[in-house]
Amino acid sequence: MDKGLALRNVTISKGGVPLLSVNHEIAPGEVLTVMGPSGVGKSTLLAFITGTLAPEFAASGEVWLDGHNITHAAPHQRRVGILFQDDLLFPHLSVGANLAFGLQPGGNAAARTTKIEKALDEVGLNGFSDRDPATLSGGQKARVALMRMLLSEPCGLLLDEPFSRLDAALRAQVREMVFDRAKARQLPVLMVTHDADDAQAAGGEIITLGD
Amino acid sequence: MKRRRFPPILPILTLLAMLGPVAAGLWGTVMPAFGHLPAAGITGPSLDPFRDLFDWAGLPRAMFLSISTGLLATGISLAIVMLVTAGWSGTKPFRALERLLSPLLSVPHAAAAFGLAFLIAPSGWVSRLLSPAFTGWDRPPDLLIVQDTWGLTMTAGLIVKEVPFLLLITLAALGQADAQRSVAISQALGYGRVTGWLKTVFPRVYAQIRPPIYVVLAYSMSVVDVAVILGPNTPPPLSVQIVKWMSDPDLAMRLEAAAGALLQLGLVIGALAFWRFGEYVVGRLGARWIASGARGKFDGVAAVGALTAGAICALSVLFGLVVLAIWSFAGFWGFPDALPDAFTWRNWLRFGPGTLDALGETALIAITVALVALILTIGCLEAEYRFGLSFSQRAVWLLYLPLLIPQTAFLPGLQTLMLSLGADVGRLPVMLAHLVFVLPYVFLSLADPFRAWDTRMGTIATALRASPDGVLWRVRLPMLLRPILTALAVGLAVSVGQYLATLLIGGGRVATLTTEAVALASGGDRRAIGVYGLMQSGAALVPFALALLIPAVVWRNRKGLRHG
Repeated sequence: MDKGLALRNVTISKGGVPLLSVNHEIAPGEVLTVMGPSGVGKSTLLAFITGTLAPEFAASGEVWLDGHNITHAAPHQRRVGILFQDDLLFPHLSVGANLAFGLQPGGNAAARTTKIEKALDEVGLNGFSDRDPATLSGGQKARVALMRMLLSEPCGLLLDEPFSRLDAALRAQVREMVFDRAKARQLPVLMVTHDADDAQAAGGEIITLGD
Repeated sequence: MKRRRFPPILPILTLLAMLGPVAAGLWGTVMPAFGHLPAAGITGPSLDPFRDLFDWAGLPRAMFLSISTGLLATGISLAIVMLVTAGWSGTKPFRALERLLSPLLSVPHAAAAFGLAFLIAPSGWVSRLLSPAFTGWDRPPDLLIVQDTWGLTMTAGLIVKEVPFLLLITLAALGQADAQRSVAISQALGYGRVTGWLKTVFPRVYAQIRPPIYVVLAYSMSVVDVAVILGPNTPPPLSVQIVKWMSDPDLAMRLEAAAGALLQLGLVIGALAFWRFGEYVVGRLGARWIASGARGKFDGVAAVGALTAGAICALSVLFGLVVLAIWSFAGFWGFPDALPDAFTWRNWLRFGPGTLDALGETALIAITVALVALILTIGCLEAEYRFGLSFSQRAVWLLYLPLLIPQTAFLPGLQTLMLSLGADVGRLPVMLAHLVFVLPYVFLSLADPFRAWDTRMGTIATALRASPDGVLWRVRLPMLLRPILTALAVGLAVSVGQYLATLLIGGGRVATLTTEAVALASGGDRRAIGVYGLMQSGAALVPFALALLIPAVVWRNRKGLRHG
């Protein structure tokens, strides 16, 4: 399989003690959910994939994305998008500038503005470009964060407990939006969560760590 | 592998910039101290410099002054700060005091010392306000208050400046000491507020603020500018005498100065050891006090006393600045009038042009040094983040090392060494010397906010395909604008306040506001001192105001950065 995200014999250990092992392939448009109690190293697995593993951890195995071995690639050249439970919008930039940060370089200013407007439109936030992100509601921030990530044209998507800060009503809505967009773009998705509802909604395979 | 676009060479450069001059200066002190100064045609080794030093009749007194000033200033400021924090942290009076003290921290020592002198001298403002109604004086009384033989006024001058410093350091340490809950628990067990704090929080806080306390001790023992303004003359404290020998036209006197510098270093090391022993004793006594279960009888008195003392410190500096301002605009001001007969621009017209020249020199040096220190600091902290380096507790002491070695121990040696090497004194060496003192403060000011930045912001930006440099320039630095400008303001204030480094390494040819102001001390022209002291304080205070103002304007539409 060429397309998709593959974790080949990935093992992460800390101080010689193995934390987790994963050997799995995620096809484009599919979701793999990794579950387990907190402290089991779920987020560590994501840090290994994004290339930001803290130095106290040791990892072996390989990460392949769309046919490329990205295990040793520079973190910013991996084309792996990630969403955390916090929106992490850059507080010093307007909503539009946050999206522009994600948008790949190229195109003249007008074309870029149009793309950003379209992205805002897509999630029902037209006219929000000049807003201060701190003045948005939780659901609005989550939508901006999602679009910012998608505009960077990632080849795979990681979700780190992405919905756990949202209240129940909003949660289902945002969750559906994220999975819909990922499916529409045929992105392989790896989600870590400890929430059974999230895992159910993802509709994909579920593996549980720490048993 | 990761590309090292951001060279990890910066941490090494930083260490060199901080410790290089100190090491060179100590080396340049040791040689002449043992009678070796080829530049003056004297070759050693010999013990003559020490013999001359010990023959000086004023030596016992000068040594005593150094030790008594250091221990008293450190002990009293620490006691005030600890008791104020114990009795009042979290209350309204405490926040008021904190708000009053924070800006005063940047007031240069020399300006604060002049202000204090103008307040408490026999002809000072306090005496004028009380006379003749309460005192019956219609002439200034013949009392030796300023420059008293025991150095008590000098000690007071140090205390009013060290209390704000230690208070801010303590506030930073409190966050990690879980103070509030510890005090709540102790109070539930029947302990008074102060006693509960001292028994539960103090040990943890003290462990964290120990390095800055040692800095205060070393500084107070060897300070020169405050001693010149407020300290005794006959004999002066050892540090002042060293500087006098250094400025003697007879090069041979430098040997005696070098010997004195080594003695000063020995005194500071001895005092630090004594303090360390004191910590041990207090620790043992404290453990016994805790075991006794005493709930505290004098909490109320201690808390009120400490708050009063803290307020007096704050008000001394504040009204010191006010009286400097009044003198700078004063026409005729006879004793015991509370205010001058008239206010006039004449003093400013007369001394203004001179202060502007000095301000230009001060600003050029301070801005260059503070910017270099900031770049090196950001380089170190960013290297730490990118390459996963971490400073151990022991490496933190390296930061404090240049502040622990008394200035009078290595700056004279540095000057002598430059002289021997034929290097020119002047502005550039002065900048390098300032950097030694500015770097640690800039680093200590920026390190916590820089490390507290949410690194997931970096992960997100990286996932959005921003390079490491892109993350630094486009995300991290803009988000940290306020702490960065604050660190820059700290650096500027430290550089503006440097006296000895400017005087010795500048060879008397670099005239900053501080050297000019201190030079006025012996003349006693209060109007000139008022103008220079005010300019000097302004040069240190304005950057802090800007550090608050600029982020507020730049990020006026960014709620998320308002408290960041």
